[in-house]
Formats: sequence, structure tokens, C-alpha cells
Amino acid sequence: MSAISMKVNGKAVCGTVEARTLLVEFLRENLGLTGTHVGCDTSQCGACVVHVNGRAIKSCTALAIACDGADVATVEGLAKNGKLHPMQEAFREHHGLQCGFCTPGMLMAAVDLVKRKGKKLDEETIRHELEGNICRCTGYHNIVKAIQAGAENM
Amino acid sequence: MSDTGIGARVKRKEDHRFITGKGQYTDDINLKDQTYAYFVRSPHAHATIKSIKVPKWKPEEGVVAVFTGDHVAEDKIGGLICGWMIHSKDGSPMKAGPHPILALGKVRYVGDHVAVVIAETKEQAKAAAAKINVSYDVLPHVVDAAKATKSKAQIHDVAPDNTVYEWSLGDKAATEAAFQRAHHVTKLDLVNNRLIPNAMEPRAAIGSYDAGNDHFTLYTTSQNPHVARLVISAFHGIAPEHKLRVIAPDVGGGFGSKIFIYAEEVVCTWASKRIGGRPVKWTAERTESFLADAHGRDHVTHAELAMDEQGHILGLKCHTIAGMGAYLSTFASCVPTYLYATLLSGQYAIPSIYAEVDAVYTNTAPVDAYRGAGRPEATYVVERIVETAAREMKIDPAEFRRRNFVKTFPHQTPVIMTYDAGDYDASLEKALEIADYKGFGQRKAAAAKKGKLRGIGFANYIEACGIAPSAAVGSLGAGVGLWESAEVRVNPVGTVEVLTGSHSHGQGHETTFAQLVSDRLGIDINTVAIVHGDTDKVQFGMGTYGSRSGAVGMTAIAKALDKVEAKAKKVAAHVMEAAEGDIEFKDGSFSVKGTDKKMAFGEVALAAYVAHKFPTSEIEPGLKESAFHDPTNFTFPAGCHICEVEIDRDTGVTEIVNWTAVDDFGTIINPMIVEGQVHGGITQGVGQALTENCVYDSDSGQLITGSFMDYCMPRATDVPSFKLGFTETKCPSNPLGMKGCGEAGAIAAPAAVMNAVTDALGVKDLAMPASPHMVWKTLHATKMAAE
Repeated sequence: MSAISMKVNGKAVCGTVEARTLLVEFLRENLGLTGTHVGCDTSQCGACVVHVNGRAIKSCTALAIACDGADVATVEGLAKNGKLHPMQEAFREHHGLQCGFCTPGMLMAAVDLVKRKGKKLDEETIRHELEGNICRCTGYHNIVKAIQAGAENM
Repeated sequence: MSDTGIGARVKRKEDHRFITGKGQYTDDINLKDQTYAYFVRSPHAHATIKSIKVPKWKPEEGVVAVFTGDHVAEDKIGGLICGWMIHSKDGSPMKAGPHPILALGKVRYVGDHVAVVIAETKEQAKAAAAKINVSYDVLPHVVDAAKATKSKAQIHDVAPDNTVYEWSLGDKAATEAAFQRAHHVTKLDLVNNRLIPNAMEPRAAIGSYDAGNDHFTLYTTSQNPHVARLVISAFHGIAPEHKLRVIAPDVGGGFGSKIFIYAEEVVCTWASKRIGGRPVKWTAERTESFLADAHGRDHVTHAELAMDEQGHILGLKCHTIAGMGAYLSTFASCVPTYLYATLLSGQYAIPSIYAEVDAVYTNTAPVDAYRGAGRPEATYVVERIVETAAREMKIDPAEFRRRNFVKTFPHQTPVIMTYDAGDYDASLEKALEIADYKGFGQRKAAAAKKGKLRGIGFANYIEACGIAPSAAVGSLGAGVGLWESAEVRVNPVGTVEVLTGSHSHGQGHETTFAQLVSDRLGIDINTVAIVHGDTDKVQFGMGTYGSRSGAVGMTAIAKALDKVEAKAKKVAAHVMEAAEGDIEFKDGSFSVKGTDKKMAFGEVALAAYVAHKFPTSEIEPGLKESAFHDPTNFTFPAGCHICEVEIDRDTGVTEIVNWTAVDDFGTIINPMIVEGQVHGGITQGVGQALTENCVYDSDSGQLITGSFMDYCMPRATDVPSFKLGFTETKCPSNPLGMKGCGEAGAIAAPAAVMNAVTDALGVKDLAMPASPHMVWKTLHATKMAAE
């Protein structure tokens, strides 16, 4: 067991984990931040996407101990002081979610996408960049629209 | 139409918790003192269990208990059931083999549940499971539905030749006669490939026994918590219903796969009492979703279509082998029969139809309803053979369909269904326009210049949903009625709670149902709460599937609202000292005809609860009404989807360059939500046609597409933005005029894609999925054959 500490959504947290504990397990089970989801066991679905030190990663494929000292952002940290992030607003505005299970990962991937590719995103780019995020409900049509709109408002 | 009433594009009320990560899915829930379950599953497709050796555990291994089929039998827990009786042509009942919640003596598919380990942590349960030594005697297996009856494998003692039933529908003699006088007969052999639903949320369950109150609570990822409670109580015998609370909290997608009552949730419930009253929590790993969720489709069909010289269809006949998997799942038997063959008339006035369906056991996961449940299979047969017939007879596919459309209603088909209302010409014309069908030739030529192959394909689907009139399905073998319930509780301050038997796992009921209430009662949509998913709160409901929540669920609400309005009028009449007949209710206000006396809805509600101003011996205090609505017919959404593809010769990649969908869903409550349902349904259908395939290896019986690595889920790059249009013929069988929309996209899409792909390639048929490899092989086989 190892003692680890990190910042999650701006707050200092610590815990004791096994070496094999995944970051997503640390978030969900140790910290009770269940917004980040586990949807697969092969690192493909993207429901677990969070930001570590400013980069989107799949938290199912990161060890908690490897994130010791890191700055982690999850979906719970997107809204600030009760005000929704423009990307969250856009997903609601454009009906970019149905069951909501893939949504946290989509939001975190989208925010990261804007950081990397800018605010003016075309459909082709968005669809290509969403290769690591699977949605079974929406058919992606409204997710693309939401990301386009959210990006412009960031 | 107000901006929050029927027809409005109201943004969803439920979104807030999902976009802020505050959804409460079953795996998010943790109960005090909970244990974790891990299931030991069969590595063999077919075997007898010789022994199960459980080691002596060390305390640090954290094992609380290990249970097998023997423990289950000891407690006389009943097995999993199939709730729909189907009879074979010879009158004999279907052969339903036993399906214990933990295997007893035999395993019948890779992934079959053999034992459960309960431990203090998930990791401990999984580690302990690996130490349990199950010794098997391997038996011959068969995974291929087409080979099931000829196989050495004898999967269930009750089913010789692995045959579940041999069923038929239609008039064999009349159909034969039609084929005798045909000018042209088109024949097609089609495989409806096996699919794995893969909702993004894996199944999960927490069973919890409260020893103090002798009461069970089950949290489960279910589309129908009351049905789960009924089955667990009546068939598994774990607890009577009044001592079992089932809660389906936020559920991350279902698509049918979460309708069924599964071994894992029953085991968790039962086990929590066995271990002395601690919660038992199980969450599927994605591999388990692949192995043990109910799969979909798996039909092999030979179909023939008889036409006269003008291309009028004289008859359709088909023979289908339907793979059922190793056990009959909860609704499995009705899917390839009454949800399939009854749609074989399509949108066409076909005089004679005869269908035979042989359902067979295979050593694979059980097969049951998956988005569309029988109707995608029917549409695939009808729309592929119609398109092929048109090509063979050199008639334009749109024109061929026009010549055969049903034009007057009601229309009795030869396969039980009576279509009540529709306008298939209207959908076709609108779709042709949106798709710019006229310009296709030019686009095809332009693409050819760039070395690409363009093709266009139609799917003029019709389906039967709004499941279902209880007596009708009862007469066909259903063990349950398919009505829906609603209770409208008006609070003293005039806010409203609707307790609905429907369940939302992505469909947006918290918004659409509230739109109906807000519209009818003239109250602010934010004062309406929709309650679902908890058997302690909602009395009973049949749940959400079969595109029924609008047509059936909302009609139940409408009926309850009628009763609320009627009672409120009585109260208002007394308070305003007028005759009941003089009370009018409009825009949220009760008024006395011919005067300016009025009361707002909320004022009447308060009066009903304060109960000062009316004779309580004649009118009970309070304002709460419920209704159970049994539909009088199925509903018949229909439409025209046109898919245009462009195929790259060198890579075999099929790009969908245009998708047009024109659907007739009757009344639409929230167009934004309906569009979303169509988008999602189309994408699942595209998945079936181009990327997804569930494959069991014939030699080993192993599931070789056991993860997202090998089973290709459609991504954002696999589909375009869709062009949607709507036509409307109101549904005559419910007061709202709603037909339902949840499955239509998945029903239409595979045929539309494959019609387009075969058109592009100039071939008669290509197996789904038309992966780049399959397409490339076809192109080059044709080329090589030509050389």
C-alpha cells in the first residue's frame, strides 16, 4: 500500500492505495467522485476521460500512484461556483446526451479538444477526435453540434 | 403550442445531473457493509460439471462465501424463465430447457454462470474466483444456428435436434398458388448477423437483505423494475413482492438488453440473505457484457418474392432459422415470431404471405430482444428482397415501392397486423426530395471520375410497437399484459408528481412526460416532477421497451389527467357555487361559463386538500388519480430512409455520404428528443451493417469478439450528420395520436445501408457487416473473376 496525494478539481486530497489501483478507482471509490465512469476493460470507450496535468487521459489506464502529486480535473470540477462550463451548457442546449453514461468522458475530451485545436472546430475534426469516445445512444449527431457550439463559447 | 407544451423542443430537465457528474447509476451506489460478488463462468461452450473444488480460504483473502447451483437448489430457488409460450405447427409447446441461476450439472455456453464468490472487496472476489477449481467433461457443441439441428450436441434434454419450436404464420396454400402464377420470382438468402447490445453502462446489481425487517432491496440496471420484482418473487421465490423493493436508478442505456431478468441480479438478492444480511454488489466487466448480456438478431433466412409483369407483389414466402442461444431468455420466443413475421407485409399490399420460423438452441449466450426486436429482421428481409426484385425487373426502386404501397386504411395484412393509418407515398416523396434522388446519377458519375463507387439504397420500413394490447398478446402466448400505469398526484400547493410505470434510461421522460402534464393542466413545467424506477414509489408498471412509453405510458398519464380534471371541476363548481356543467377548464384556469369567476389550477388543488367548501360525503378530499391504460392496438410508425454511400475501391471503406430519414411517428411531443432517438437508432443499424459482428468460433465454441478490440462499435467517424424529415398521420388508437419512435432508426438502417452498398458494388448480396475487408474482397473477387 502506498500513500498518495494529489489535487483533484483544485482540492488537495490524499489516500492509501495498492500499486495496482487505477486512477478511476481512486476517484470513484476513495474520493467518491462517481462522475467519471467505467464502460469497458480495453481502454476504448472513453467514459473514464479526465485531465491530468492539463492533458486528457483515460483514467482506466493510469495508475493512481503514477498520479501522485498531479493536478487532476474531473467532470465534477467543470462548473465553477454553480455556473456551468460552456461545454456543459452546450451539451444540454443541443441534446448531446441521452442516458448520460458516456457524457462525462465526452465533456472532458471535448474541453481538451478545444484546448488543442482551438475554438473553431469543423465537423470532420470533431468526429475524428472523438475516436476514443463511444456513445451508444446519440448517434453522435448532436454531440458534434454541442462541441462545435461549446467550443465557440469557451 | 406553448414553448413547453406538446410539440415544443424543451431542453431536458434531467440533463443537469448527467452533465455535472451527479448521475446515480447502480455502480455509483454503495451500501453500508457491502460485499462484492464475482461470477465464475464456464470456459467451455458445452460441458457437464464433474466437480467444483473450493479451497480453504485464508482470512486475508476476504472471502465471505462461495455459492454454486447446489446451494441454489438447496434453497429451492426457481430458475430463469421465458414468459411467452409459442406453439409449433404441430401444436406442441415450445421446448423450454431449465435455466438455473447458477448452473446445475451442466454448462451450455462460454460465460455460463457456474458459481459466485462473495468477498470484502472486488479484487478479493476476483482473485478468489480464479482459485476455484471447476472440473468439466467437455461435450460436443454447436454455435452456428444453421447447423444446430444436425449437430451431435444435445443442448437440452427436452429439445431433440436442439429445436425450440417450428412455427409458421400465414396461408401456405394461397402463397404457393401466388408463386405458381408469378411472372417473376426473386430469391434471396440473408443472414441477420448476431449483435451484442453493449449499452455503455455495464449491467450491475446490489442485492440487500434487511434482517431486522425481513425485507429485500435490489438495485439493478433494469428497464422494468416491477417486472423484475414480479419475476424474482413469483418465479424465483426469493421473497413475496411486498417484501422486495426493486430500484432501477439512473440506467446508462438498455436497448432491450436490460429488460430481462438475469442470473446475476437474482443471485445477489438471494445471496445477501444467505450471508446473513449484508449487501452483495456486482458490476459487470465489459467482457461479461459480451459473454452474458442477451445478444440480438441471429437469423438465417431464405426468402422469395413473387411478382406479376408490372412488378405488383403477389406473394412473399420465407423460412427463417432463429438462433436462441443456450437458454430461452425472458422474451426470446416472441421476437422471431410475433414481432417478426407479422411485419413481413412491409408497407406493401401483399395478398399472400407464408413464413416458417425454426427456433434453435445453440451453445451461445441467450438471444432476446435488441432495439427493434424482430422488426429489423423483418425489414431487412422485405426491403432487401423488394430492392433486389426492382433491380431484377429493371424498375426504379422508388417506383416499384409506389406500385405496391398500401393506400387505404385500415389495411388487414395476411400476417395478423391491421395497419390503422399511414401515408407511405408522403414519406417516400419527402425523402426523395431531401435526398435529392434526382441528382444521384450525376453524383455517381462525378464520384466514378475520382475512382469511387457511389450507391443509393432505400428502406421503406414499417413497424409495430406501442407494445401491446394485453388480450391480443395473451392469445398469442404472452404470460403478461402489456398495459401501463400512471398516478398523477397533485400537491396542495398545485405542484404535480407523476408516478409512471415507464422507465427512462436515456429517453428523456422527465421532460416529455412533464410537457404533457404542463400542456394539459396549464401549469409551469418546472412544477411537474416525474417519478419512476422504484417499486416502493410506483405501484406497478411494465417498463420501457418496444417504443411504448409515449403511446402507452403517456396515454396512461393522459387518462389520469382526465380524471384529475373531472374531479377538479367538481371541486371548483362547489367553491365557485356553480353547476358542474358550467365549469370550463382552459389554460390552467377553471371558470364559470358566462361569468368572470375563475380559479387557477393551484387554487382548486388547495381547495381540494383543505376540503372546507364541498360535501366530503360526496366528493373525497384530495386530488390524486391513477389510470392503467391497455392499448387497443399496436401502433405502426413507418417511413422512408435513403442511404447514399461512396466506396473506395482500394481500401473497401464505405463512407455514408448522405442519410435521409423521413419518419411518421404520429404526434411528436418533443422533436429534439425524437430526432435524437432516430440518430441513435440509425447509428446502431449502421453498426450492424458496416462494423459490428458477434462471432463464436465453430471449432472451439469460444466467443472471439469478446471486447471492443474485436467487436467494432460505431464511432463518430462512421456516421454523417443525418437529414431528418417528418410526416404525420395521427395514431388512431390513442388520444395523443402517438406512434412511438425509439426503434425506427435501428429497424430501417441495415436494409438501407446494404441496399446502397450492393448498388454501389453491383452485386446481388453482401453479408453484414460489409466491412472494408469484405467489400474489398467482393470487389476484387468480381474483378479477378472477370480477368
